[in-house]
This record gives sequence, structure tokens and C-alpha cells, in this order.
Amino acid sequence: MKVSGKVFKYGDNIDTDVIIPARYLTSADPEHLKEHCMEDIDLSFKDRVKSGDIMVAGKNFGCGSSREHAPVAIKASGISLVIADDFARIFYRNSINVGLPILECPEAAQKINDGDEVEADFDTGIITDKTTGESFASKPFPEFIKNIMANGGLVGYTESELKD
Amino acid sequence: MPMTMTQKILADHAGLDSVAPGDLIEAKLDYVLGNDVTTPPAIKVFEKLGVKDVFDKDRVLMIQDHFTPNKDIKSAELNKTMRCFAREHEITHYYELGRKEMGIEHVILPDNGIVLPGDLVIGADSHTCTYGALGSFSTGVGSTDLACAMARGVTWFKIPEAIRVNLTGNLKKFVTGKDLILSIIGKIGVDGALYKSLEFGGEGIRALSMDGRLTVCNMAIECGAKNGIFPVDDITLKYISKTNPGRFAKNGYKVYTADEDAEYSQVLDINLDDIDLTVALPHLPSNTKKASECTDMKIDQVVIGSCTNGRLEDIEAAVSILKGRKVNENVRCIVIPGSQKVFRQALDNGWLRDLDDAGCVISTPTCGPCLGGHMGVLAKGERCVSTTNRNFVGRMGDPESEVILSGVPVAAASAVLGRVGTPDEL
Repeated sequence: MKVSGKVFKYGDNIDTDVIIPARYLTSADPEHLKEHCMEDIDLSFKDRVKSGDIMVAGKNFGCGSSREHAPVAIKASGISLVIADDFARIFYRNSINVGLPILECPEAAQKINDGDEVEADFDTGIITDKTTGESFASKPFPEFIKNIMANGGLVGYTESELKD
Repeated sequence: MPMTMTQKILADHAGLDSVAPGDLIEAKLDYVLGNDVTTPPAIKVFEKLGVKDVFDKDRVLMIQDHFTPNKDIKSAELNKTMRCFAREHEITHYYELGRKEMGIEHVILPDNGIVLPGDLVIGADSHTCTYGALGSFSTGVGSTDLACAMARGVTWFKIPEAIRVNLTGNLKKFVTGKDLILSIIGKIGVDGALYKSLEFGGEGIRALSMDGRLTVCNMAIECGAKNGIFPVDDITLKYISKTNPGRFAKNGYKVYTADEDAEYSQVLDINLDDIDLTVALPHLPSNTKKASECTDMKIDQVVIGSCTNGRLEDIEAAVSILKGRKVNENVRCIVIPGSQKVFRQALDNGWLRDLDDAGCVISTPTCGPCLGGHMGVLAKGERCVSTTNRNFVGRMGDPESEVILSGVPVAAASAVLGRVGTPDEL
């Protein structure tokens, strides 16, 4: 499976409070959450983002709270993939559980520029910056994550386990 | 293969003799926790799963603490969703506001004797890592993980590598567990322990009370750790003999100890005598500085409370500084006992009267201001010294407001001084 889109680039330690501020957590509706995604550091994000676009950031993306609302907000915004040096642990888990694709690739995270057109192949882990022509290799998802994905996320996986 | 405390607890709960870092396991859970923000989305998933009941109504806990007492109609709806589910499924550990068991989740789970050494706990709240102070394994997850765990009582884990934090020496006057953990985060950074367990040890742990250890483990997440954990010693055993005399008497807990030759990816040696009163300046918990070097920073508000510092010892420390003094005329000082029990004890001890005399506002237990929810939200340009756990952009209100993290003594002294300061200055 491949995705491609325009890059929104951010720095290190993008925390869940800036991804979706707690003051908006009175509803978990994705349509509500996407209206406020990233607004404390990038007020125009919600108006500029288009379906398929890609978010690129530095170290420790998604640090902070356990709110699943954060990957849900990013996914609902239309973002098809987040590339970062690495991800905070709970955010990583939540992203997989809600089906927001994420790839760890420090080289890509460093070299890809804001506004570049980027394509990524989830089966091979290859990330291509179509603007600069550079390619980067990231680790594709391990088998068990693929299984969770194949079941449509953790819910589907658990449903199938409960049937056994 | 030699194992750390964390690895042993995880292995045992997965029915395995041994595990190694990187192993993926499915483990049985002793407790599964959610709050009023994370449980409602989990209930939606749970209902989608088509499961009739939770795996064990005594082991699924639902605590309303973030936006409670309900701050607006939407938060009232969230709580109603959780309340209805809890009643329908006869959840044992669901409490109404004001009841003696009630309070902030990470204050009441240890203090009510629910979590004991050796337990494996997940919670849909990042500060679930608090209970490692008791020699248990606990970590935060999201709402989907919570829902599936509510259904099956199991979840998957990746076995973490460990960082050993070797403590020696003694804490100086007014220096607390908060200063220790802020110093550690300052040293290794907000991702310094990413995916790893933070395993405390050494004779220095004796300098930390149980409340202090709970504060330390609470903020393990702020350096990216999966969990923080303390060995079980006589301080732990004395604590649990009071919080759960029944289970204590029946040896209904398990003490895990790290193997002598357990492997650590990093060892931090910390002499507690070297730890100073510490603050974390905006906008990262790792942005630490000595409090004494920040005395030119004027403040508008002080918050004393939260799952990090809302325990009895914290309120006592606040009273010891604020009693007989006055909160600065330009400062609001909000004190939030972390549970009804703490509130009542502070009331019985006359502490709330002392705080009231000092000009503090005293709130019912709530997470409220810590996450900019309610009960102390900041306006643009305002600055707060807070005993909470995060100082990210917009954490306590306007994106242009500022939070400075500290322990209780610095927060209380700052409330009097009207700027960042230490008790020695009073």
C-alpha cells in the first residue's frame, strides 16, 4: 500500500497537548477534533491540510498524555502518514490501534522539507521525496502489527480473538 | 537469563519463565483503569466489540477526575456515559464525587489499597506509571487498548530495556521526590528513557517516603519511560499494611526483586545530596534550572495538587510554609487535595483553615487546572508555578501562558513571594 501527499513539517517533541489541546477533549468526535488539530502551534493547519498529506517531525513525536484523541485528530485531518525520528510510546501504540500509519526514519525526518511532495510504500518501508528525488529506507511494520492492521486495528483483532 | 523487576513482573503475568528486551508478550492484567476523558471513547469501542460484560467488575476501574465536577454540558455528557456504563455493569470501583473513596485516579488507587506490589496495571491515562512506587508494573495506554483490556483482561506488551537509577545519600531540607525526578528529566531529556523502564534502587531510596516515590514514578512518563519502579522495602510494606490490611495479612501481594546481574542499557548514579530545589521552565519538563536561579520570574498563579503532588504529605508541606503567612496580593494560590481522604485529613488537622487564612482557594479533588480543563485556567501572558507534571505550550490555558513546574515547597514559597522563590527566602 502506498500513500503520497504534501508535507507539513514540525520540530522535536511535538506533544499531545499541541496536537489536540485538552480543552477540546470534551468530545471524542473526529469531526470535532480535526477542527482544532495542531492549532496551538499552527493555527492554519486545519485549513491548509488536504486528504493524503503527510506530517513529518523530529524526535519523540506525540509525547505527553495518553489521549487517543491525538492520533484520531491527525487521521481525521486527512493525514495519511506521520514520519518522525521516533515516537512517544503511548502515541505509537494508539496510532496503530486507531489505524494512523506511522514510520520511524530519522534520515527522512531530517531531510524532507516543509511543502515537499512525498510518497511512502508501507510494504517496503521506502519513503521517496519526489521534490528532491531522494529516497529513504525505513523499517516496514513487523508481522504482528501487520496482523493488527489486517484486522482493521486492535478492535478487529480483539473481535477475532474473542471468537476463538 | 537475568531479569529486571519490570521484566519479571511481565514474564510472570504472561506465564513465561523468562523474557528478554524486545520480546512481545500477551499478559494478564490485574487492574484496568480509565477516566472521564478516556473511558467514554473506550465504551464506544467496547460496545462495537459486542461483548456482554467486562472481564471482571472488580478489576475494571472507572474514575471521574479530569473535568469533574462537570465543567460544562459536554463534560457532563462524558461523565454520564461512564456513570451509566458503570452502573449497568456494576463496576465496583466507580465512585460518586464526594464519597470517601473518591479522588484523582493516581492518588486513590495506591491510597485505597487497590494496587499492591507485583500487580500489573494498565490505565488510559499516561500517569498510570505512578504505581511503580509500590513495586508493581503500571503503564498508560489509549482508549482502544483500554476497551479491549476491559473485554479480555489481557493486553500485549513489548518487553522494555531498562535504565537503572542508583540513588545514594540523603535529600536536603525542602528537597523532595519532585526535585529528584525533575533533575533526572533535565539530565536525560523528555525522550531520555523512551520505551524503557526506569528502575530505581540503591540505599538512597530510603530517603524517599511512599508519597515521594509515587511522585517520582508519576513523572517517569515525562522522560518517555514505559514505567518507573521501586524495589519493595519496609517503607512499602508499612504503607500497604495500612492501605490494605486484609490483603497484607494474607500475603496477597508479590515482591519481585531484580537479579543481581540484570542488564541495564544505562546506569544513572545520583547522590541525593546533590539535588537542589528544581523548577522546569516553559515549555518542557526537561527545561530544568535551580529554583534559586529564577527568582526574577514574577507569577500570577500557584497550583498545589494533581496526581503528581496532591497527597497528604504534599498538603502538609504546603501548610508548613503557608501557615501564618499570606499569599502575595498579586497571586491566586489554588490548593487541591488529591482525594476526599486527603481533603478530610487536612480538614481534621486544621490545615484547610491554615490555608484559608493564608488566602488560598481550596478546591475539591480534580485534575482541573493541570490540563487546562477548569478551576484555574490561565489567560494570555499569565505565568503559574505548579506542582503538576507538564508545562507544554497551552497546557494550562492560553497558548501564550506559561507553566513552571516545581515541588510543593517552591510552589508554596513562590505563592508568598509573588515570584519564583524558595522557602529559605521567607
